[in-house]
Amino acid sequence: MASEIDVVPAIPTRKDEAIGRLQQMVSQGLGWARKYSLFQYPFVTACCGMEYMTLAAARYDLDRFGAALPRFSPRQADLLMVVGTVNCKQAPVLRRVWEQIAEPKWVVAFGVCASSGGFYDNYATVQGIDQIIPVDVYVPGCPPRPEQVLDGIMLLQKKIQGQTHRLVEPAPAPAIVAPGTR
Amino acid sequence: MAKVVIDALLERFPGAVTGAAAGPGGDDVAFVERERIAEVCRFLKEDPALAFNVAPYVTAVDYLGQEPRFEVVYNLLSTRRSWRVRLRVKVPEADPVVPSVTGVWRGADWFERYCFDMYGIRFTGHPDLRRLFMYDEFVGHPLRKDYPLRGRQPLVAERGVQDVYRGPGPAGRD
Repeated sequence: MASEIDVVPAIPTRKDEAIGRLQQMVSQGLGWARKYSLFQYPFVTACCGMEYMTLAAARYDLDRFGAALPRFSPRQADLLMVVGTVNCKQAPVLRRVWEQIAEPKWVVAFGVCASSGGFYDNYATVQGIDQIIPVDVYVPGCPPRPEQVLDGIMLLQKKIQGQTHRLVEPAPAPAIVAPGTR
Repeated sequence: MAKVVIDALLERFPGAVTGAAAGPGGDDVAFVERERIAEVCRFLKEDPALAFNVAPYVTAVDYLGQEPRFEVVYNLLSTRRSWRVRLRVKVPEADPVVPSVTGVWRGADWFERYCFDMYGIRFTGHPDLRRLFMYDEFVGHPLRKDYPLRGRQPLVAERGVQDVYRGPGPAGRD
């Protein structure tokens, strides 16, 4: 689903319409495929990790949502779950892990510390990981109940289903300039 | 209980140990002169009748507004006698230097690094006096009472997110 800022007020041509329809179909298919195969990278830093284990284990069973397999390499993951407090010393690490994840990628802030810093409003703690990386879903709670996280995962699935996959890149790729000529 | 410890300290170091008192529950305290703390600690450890073989915790306190401003606190434990004693060393702000006790207890290494990191107290004779918790780029000592509580020094640029969309979910919650 496109948000307000994605809607461009312009008169579509027949070509645009054709591309748009095709793009919509491809996007729906891709969204359907992506939302049920979330490979997560658990960036577990604190006590919320216990709740994450509960979530991933049999009782709450994240596998039902197709997000079963935690990958411990960011290059194999597409969902970054930031579980726990992130302090200023760790911020470059988190930023780097996020940069290493290939597109498409999504981020879930798991618990209040990751969402807003929680009650650690002090000299050492990042006030929410959205100060460092963009976040798709915030799950509050200290720690959040597994049901809350499942709800967040379902929200994320809805978001992924609604995202648009561009068939035609509107802007041309920048030309490669030989070094030294610029 | 550990009156023996206090007595031994007062007898051995009459000039360096002051204000020795036996607190409740074996909570014995003694103020030690700054220059002689390593010597006092070595005596407490190596005297066979006392044998304070563990320093479970070494920390510091900032009494902002008082003079001398800082205090380094050594909590010592004798596992043989099951005694505890707490040595306190007054440290002035102008010259926050204390002799290291890493030569006595190797385990005091990280505690002294912690005191250096959080309070800026330097320990002479410490083998590797670096910050323990904060990163090397950090300026100042965060547990000093005059350090601002929210004085964050971010390593990566913060994105400055003002507010996030807090309405119903993007796909329209069911």
